[in-house]
Amino acid sequence: MSPQLFERKHNVWSRLSLLLAVAGAAGFLGFMDILHRSPYVRYTKVRREQPVPFSHKHHSNLGIDCRYCHISVEKSAFASVPATQVCMNCHNLMWKEAPMLEPVRDSWESGESLEWTRVHDLPDFVYFNHSIHVNNGIGCATCHGRVDQMPLMYKEKPLFMLWCLQCHRDPAEFVRPADKIYDMAFDPKSLSREEREQLLEEYEIDTSNHRLTNCAICHR
Amino acid sequence: MSTEDVKRDPEGKEPFISGHTLGSVSHKIGDVTTLPMKKLPKFWYGGILIGITLVQLLFLAVYTLIVKGTGIWGLNVPVAWGFAIINFVWWIGIGHAGTLISAILFLFRQDWRMSIARFAEAMTLFAVVCAGLFPLLHVGRPWMVYWLFPYPNTMGMWPQFRSPLLWDVFAVSTYATVSILFWYTGLVPDLATMRAKAKDLWIKKIYHGMSLGWTGAARHWHRYEIAYLLLAGLSTPLVLSVHSIVSLDFAVSVEPGWHTTVFPPYFVAGAIFAGFAMVLTFMIPVRSIFGFKDLLTDRHLDNMCKVMLFSGLIVAYGYLMEVFFMWYSGSPFERFAEVNRFFGPYHNQYWALILCNVLVPQLLWAPKVRQNPLIIFIICQFISVGMWLERFVIVIISLHRDFLTSSWRQYAGTEWDWMMYIGTMGLFLTLVFIFIRTLPIIAIFEMRELVHKSHDDDHGHDDHQEESE
Repeated sequence: MSPQLFERKHNVWSRLSLLLAVAGAAGFLGFMDILHRSPYVRYTKVRREQPVPFSHKHHSNLGIDCRYCHISVEKSAFASVPATQVCMNCHNLMWKEAPMLEPVRDSWESGESLEWTRVHDLPDFVYFNHSIHVNNGIGCATCHGRVDQMPLMYKEKPLFMLWCLQCHRDPAEFVRPADKIYDMAFDPKSLSREEREQLLEEYEIDTSNHRLTNCAICHR
Repeated sequence: MSTEDVKRDPEGKEPFISGHTLGSVSHKIGDVTTLPMKKLPKFWYGGILIGITLVQLLFLAVYTLIVKGTGIWGLNVPVAWGFAIINFVWWIGIGHAGTLISAILFLFRQDWRMSIARFAEAMTLFAVVCAGLFPLLHVGRPWMVYWLFPYPNTMGMWPQFRSPLLWDVFAVSTYATVSILFWYTGLVPDLATMRAKAKDLWIKKIYHGMSLGWTGAARHWHRYEIAYLLLAGLSTPLVLSVHSIVSLDFAVSVEPGWHTTVFPPYFVAGAIFAGFAMVLTFMIPVRSIFGFKDLLTDRHLDNMCKVMLFSGLIVAYGYLMEVFFMWYSGSPFERFAEVNRFFGPYHNQYWALILCNVLVPQLLWAPKVRQNPLIIFIICQFISVGMWLERFVIVIISLHRDFLTSSWRQYAGTEWDWMMYIGTMGLFLTLVFIFIRTLPIIAIFEMRELVHKSHDDDHGHDDHQEESE
């Protein structure tokens, strides 16, 4: 008879290893999923470093319309980041000595653009068009959140494809009247479902045959 | 009982092994794994050296593929499925012999399967490993391969459940899982034997851990028999389902040359055909070099040749029906695909396929051929090549000229395609030779069972003789 290779306590370890294998695999998959959805990876609610600590809250509360700076949002795919000229329209008259605005003045003098850090950056294989959204009843706040309450800009939504599809599958949940597009405080849910479906008809948004979820709508 | 008796036995009812005792069986089989490295035959060193060398090609091919993308392959439009799919189907098919031997032949109580089951099952696993690499790399971004599985993701997307490609994911992963379980369960009693035989304490511990505390108690045997039977039952539908589903990758589409209902049965038969050819390819040299001729007898070869001949005939029938229905469909595209196979730019491959898979295997009708290991070995090489050509004919010839004449294009595998293919052969060889060295390649306990049975039969035989006298 050969000597005992293992002791009795090793039985516990062998059983525990089965449990650990299953729990480990489940834990790993769960961890990866949580990590993938976390602000750590998605930068949601993260205030990004910017050359100038520009406050959307402050400027919006002064009564400046979104379109004063984001001039092409109604006409083009790109909402556009304002040129230094737009900042200087006001800031050559007010706060002209403010040290905080030094980079803006430098840019103005040198002609070099300010290099803002992009907060909402979609992957290059996604074709996103601002104009089609703002002209068809999707307000700024639906995707960007309450920008008028953000002293420093951050990303409110994770920009998952799942998140895009929520609306593309059922736009009636998110549309608002054309005069409320730039109204940050407006909540589409304050309208009834019937009213919102009525809006879809007015905008001529056709959801038949999964038109809005066709791959080629966004991936061209 | 002497070997003379076995030869004179026309009914094939005599025991398959003779001249062994319970102890000699375990020594003979187990010794390959306990021999000092220096005493291993040159054959083993040669095999693993070739294997590891070719695996380097695989590493190089995969590395370059990941760095540069699938553009290094010969793929084009319309031939978007090239070597990767040919090789995938070829390897998956090869695995089927193991499952057939271990599941169906077990359920039919074919005792001759015992000598070959372990080896064939191991080959199933290794073939699945090689097969799995191809779709994995064909997706282009292997690190995203988990997208193949349905899981709640941030894209809000599910795979297309109506696509046979998704069924394939399930078929192949189930196949791999059940095959591993089946193979491992069958190994447990032998791992306990290896634990007893091993001399090094650490190796002993490893075998012991792997044998899951097997003591050979009656209760263990009882549970083992039940588990094995259940797994055999689970595996049996897999023999038919896996390659049926692989064939649906083609048959469900409307491509001329693919859109045919004969695909599932003839793919399954082809898989068994190719699988047995591959098992014999390894079995024949291994049994001479390690001196297993008394465990893997000529009668085993004979039986396997018969299975091969039978499945080969089904495959030939499949080719015939394919051709018939292309004509009978009346569709000009189907008929063109037929003419294009016979006389198109790849007609050489088609006729080579008919030679390898239909004509050459007919030699197996002759009992003399089935008793000559060398000729069997050569026929098996023809079959392996033929089965690869079959997939080439199906994938390439059908795709390269389909409906739209302006899109017709020739296809040829690049050096990377070949490197990858030969590389997986190296992987297969390496795994087989590691297996030969580390685990008993024939089920020791099943051989002991046979020895035991043959002793019983001896008694029976004697009684019978006494009566007749």
